[in-house]
Amino acid sequence: MGYDVWVVADHAADSPRRITLELLGKGRELADTTGGLLVAVVLGHGLAELAERLGEYGADRVLHVEHPHLATYSTEAYTQVLADLVQGRSPGLVLLPSTAWGRDCAPRVAARLGAGIATDVEDLWVEEGRLLARRPMYTRKVMGTVEYVGGGPHLAVVLPKVFSPAGRQQGRTAEVERVAVEVAPPKVELVETRSLQRERVSLTEAEIIVSGGRGLRGPENFALLDQLAAELGAAVGSSRPPVDSGWVPHDYEIGQTGKTVSPTVYIAVGISGAPQHLAGMSGSKYIVAINKDPNAPIFQVATLGVVGDLFQIVPKLTEEVRRLKAQA
Amino acid sequence: MDVVVCVKQVPDTEQPIRVRADGSGIDEQGLNWILNYYDEHAVEEALRVRERHGGTVTVVCVGPPRATEALRTALAMGADEAVHVWDPALEGADHLGVSRVLAEVVRRMPHDLVLCGRLATDDNASVVGAALAEYLGLAQATAIAKLEIGDGVATVEREVEGGVEVLRVPLPAVFTVERTINEPRYPTLPGIMKAKRKEIRTLSLQDLGLDPAQVGAAAARVRYARFDPPPRREAGRVVTPESPEEGARLIAQFLQDTAKVL
Ligand SMILES: Cc1cc2nc3c(=O)[nH]c(=O)nc-3n(C[C@H](O)[C@H](O)[C@H](O)COP(=O)(O)OP(=O)(O)OC[C@H]3O[C@@H](n4cnc5c(N)ncnc54)[C@H](O)[C@@H]3O)c2cc1C
Ligand SMILES: Nc1ncnc2c1ncn2[C@@H]1O[C@H](COP(=O)(O)O)[C@@H](O)[C@H]1O
Repeated sequence: MGYDVWVVADHAADSPRRITLELLGKGRELADTTGGLLVAVVLGHGLAELAERLGEYGADRVLHVEHPHLATYSTEAYTQVLADLVQGRSPGLVLLPSTAWGRDCAPRVAARLGAGIATDVEDLWVEEGRLLARRPMYTRKVMGTVEYVGGGPHLAVVLPKVFSPAGRQQGRTAEVERVAVEVAPPKVELVETRSLQRERVSLTEAEIIVSGGRGLRGPENFALLDQLAAELGAAVGSSRPPVDSGWVPHDYEIGQTGKTVSPTVYIAVGISGAPQHLAGMSGSKYIVAINKDPNAPIFQVATLGVVGDLFQIVPKLTEEVRRLKAQA
Repeated sequence: MDVVVCVKQVPDTEQPIRVRADGSGIDEQGLNWILNYYDEHAVEEALRVRERHGGTVTVVCVGPPRATEALRTALAMGADEAVHVWDPALEGADHLGVSRVLAEVVRRMPHDLVLCGRLATDDNASVVGAALAEYLGLAQATAIAKLEIGDGVATVEREVEGGVEVLRVPLPAVFTVERTINEPRYPTLPGIMKAKRKEIRTLSLQDLGLDPAQVGAAAARVRYARFDPPPRREAGRVVTPESPEEGARLIAQFLQDTAKVL
């Protein structure tokens, strides 16, 4: 073996995002198994400081690609730069984040290189010299184990929150190599990015998610969840009916046709627990459910299920959390 | 506007999906095969483009003989033509192999726009659209929630973390569609009758000038080693509290003591 493991970094506001640290944590373990180096790849503009910092999270080397055309994501530029780098240096395995841009360019890089690719990866290990990846399929009713065939490079697009983030080792450094590239201006033009005004944490990165379903009855009642979430530092999500009824925007939706999340705690409020919803959240560490129907299927997956009226329990819960926090 | 839509036939996941005892695959007995959910949205979007800008809608499917039913569904919704490709060598092909086959089909027909679903609900891969764009050498945008056709260019919106990206994409291009892009129409009875009589064009790998060894199972860079049912979640505790206060207290305590997030 002895092949290198690469992690393509995701960053926001000049800081590595949590998924990057998760990939570095897993990547470190895999590189130790394969006997290769852990290499972080940073693409962007004005990211020298960020590149320097990744050694503290376990990278042995950092490939730092700076170019104005990489300042915002474009399929063309990212595909070209990543494919050229991989082609030129032949890592065994490339880990990419399952984010909007990671999912957009990874298959294209794989196609350009003729490389094996697995997406939605939740586990990754080497067994008798074979690289295997586990991923959910069929609305999470089946877990598939993918085997990469033949030599690398192999690509894995990894879901957030499934691996523990690498801890910070202050003072540890990586060798940073500045890679010069030519990048043509992309033919696809980014006209604008409209930000959806959601404060706090994003759903895929949140440690706690408070999620509402049809049981909420109307948009105004999502304020109950907002208040609880504010107290908990949680993100707010939903099942599909609140999205379809226009109570909340589509980016709230969790499930087969929405987001896949795996927070430490998922609090399902007025959600029945349909398979399509479970598909997006049953990877959560703890599930708490509040539902007035004792036979709701959500109770079959809940770590703690409370039978009762959400309109009575949620405000009380917000108060109780506030009280406990004040004591701490 | 000539639009090509790639469609896949998948088992209906509303029903139970069982893994074979030896882990070699899923038990196909009694499965109900349907047009992939996202592909319904792709077909719908193609029909709307045709309604606004004229042109044709052609649906293409790579899959075993039963997959022609998915093409019939798309025809019943209103697609003009259907192309079906199959070869036993494709059993076990990976997504890159399937994408290369689709690229060969699309290359041979007029295409201003190529639409795919964001993902297929059987393997949840989200690979084919972008790989197809690469093989065709076309621009792409994935998981789009809005499409507007202008003069030789499309304006699309796609959801990204925390926002929405607006992109101007030169045509021809490949797009994969998100479910929020539209509400698919139901096939009408006359539509279904008409679809029954329509001819589905069948192409072999040979017709496409493709070598089975280069797109089929033999060329696959990934294969499934095994399938398992999802891990069972440990049975939890379900309580009916005496009062809302007690319910709230139970949850707060759980968050503090068990989950340790407070
Ligand atoms: C192809 C396809 C894809 C889908 N994708 C998704 C997806 O990604 N995500 C998703 O969520 N769904 C998805 N669905 C829909 C899914 O099948 C269910 O319809 C949906 O999840 C139900 O949402 P719900 O639990 O909020 O509503 P319901 O099933 O109506 O449940 C509402 C729950 O609220 C409880 N309730 C009502 N009032 C109160 C109260 N006062 N206090 C406490 N509890 C109360 C009720 O007991 C009930 O259990 C999909 C469906 C299809 C066909
Ligand atoms: N066998 C196939 N035949 C035609 N189109 C396909 C096939 N497989 C995938 N697609 C298209 O690619 C999309 C994404 O599929 P996947 O990459 O498998 O998740 C689907 O929604 C279809 O539009």
